[in-house]
Amino acid sequence: MGLTKRIIPCIDVDLDDDGNPAVYTGVHFEDLEYTGDPVEMARQYNEAGADEFVFLDITASAHGRETMLGVVEQVADEVFIPLTVGGGIRTTEDIKETLRAGADKVSITTGALERPDLINEGASAFGSQCIVISVDAKRRYDEGGEHYVEVDGESCWFECTKKGGREGTGVDVVEWAREAESRGAGELFVNSIDRDGTKDGYDVPLTTAVCDAVDTPVIASSGCGSPEHMHEVFTEAGADAGLAASIFHFGEYSIREVKEYLDERDVPVRL
Amino acid sequence: MSTTTSAPEETLAEVVVVDYGLGNLRSVTRGLERAGAAVEITDDPDAFDAADGVVLPGVGAFREGVENADPIREDLLAVADRGQPLFGICLGMQMLLTSSEEGETDGDAAVEGLDLVPGTNVRFSEGQKVPHMGWNELSVEREHPLVEGVDGRYAYFVHSYYAEPDDDAATVATTDYGREFPSVVANEAGNVFGTQFHPEKSGETGLQILQNFVQFCADR
Repeated sequence: MGLTKRIIPCIDVDLDDDGNPAVYTGVHFEDLEYTGDPVEMARQYNEAGADEFVFLDITASAHGRETMLGVVEQVADEVFIPLTVGGGIRTTEDIKETLRAGADKVSITTGALERPDLINEGASAFGSQCIVISVDAKRRYDEGGEHYVEVDGESCWFECTKKGGREGTGVDVVEWAREAESRGAGELFVNSIDRDGTKDGYDVPLTTAVCDAVDTPVIASSGCGSPEHMHEVFTEAGADAGLAASIFHFGEYSIREVKEYLDERDVPVRL
Repeated sequence: MSTTTSAPEETLAEVVVVDYGLGNLRSVTRGLERAGAAVEITDDPDAFDAADGVVLPGVGAFREGVENADPIREDLLAVADRGQPLFGICLGMQMLLTSSEEGETDGDAAVEGLDLVPGTNVRFSEGQKVPHMGWNELSVEREHPLVEGVDGRYAYFVHSYYAEPDDDAATVATTDYGREFPSVVANEAGNVFGTQFHPEKSGETGLQILQNFVQFCADR
């Protein structure tokens, strides 16, 4: 059958009022099974057939980082599938302590844009396989880009942004993906600011542009609202993995349902 | 020298995880404990002799692995020679072979593996995405205690090179990634073996393999 497409639940880790780790979902949660405990969530997703986890520390604070490392240690001791950890990683020391806590890979966004040598340093010290470069892409319809694609009759490029899309960088996502790969990134994690939280589906033109530009595995993220969206990003864009948060958190679809949907349509998955 | 010991509730076998400075040993240690092993993480070769089995983990480049393991090279060969179980994981498996294309690309003198499973490691070069990263299927080709109960199941891989043993009989299981490659290899005597994938990251299938290993150590 060959290599399967990976389904990856993303768990955003925040701090609750008492400073304990809590899963952030952005909206009120009503599912009774939900405990808010990221470790318990990881356990449930593992049983449901998750291929990997992404944990993001969304606090970007010292206490948040410390809390996150504790969560990673607990998850790594119990759940025997790969863990990627991101949020606020800026130095090789950050990479080292995250890996030491039990992460298999680190996801780096702003830290790499601001100092691209961090990719080379991380890859040479710990191996490319653990360096995931993440981009928060936003569609631009101006003249500032290098790589343009036609979307709905309009020509656009994709810009790397910072601070959740609030700040532009002028860097073209496709060029940055190529550069990150040549510096030693082992995987690319492609988020779309335009699609984030919409459930309208992944940004397929964006994912396609990145997949076409590099030979490194690509994780598509942002906008997944149904198994059809996963199918689309695998078959049309060529993504290697699909990341989703809310459709799993809210129990709209189980990971197994998504995998069965894909399996029925001849997309290779681990069932 | 540094040594850390930890034990599960019920110990079937005492296993040494070789710490030669490469990779995170946390998951493999926890996985072995889950499988019933008391684990000693050490770079002290004196511990090898007394152990029921030795695990050679590893993440990273072939040259670095071989160079880091150089001080304990003879001790690892002695483990194999005494007939003790020696289990290489990922880079640890590649190091069981004789050489690697990865070691030669630097242009320096050839880097020599342990040569316990004669052969070489070669890079994927048929247009596949490299690294081969993710879950892929195991197809068991011949009997070996390590792979009992895992035929047709999925394991987690991250690698750019794969083993090409000189002797086809060294291949215990294969996996398909653009081409068929050996994902589990073993020597003729059966006590030296390795997996290209990470059993400690391969969920229930990986735990089954670690259990098979611990049981194999316990039985001898």
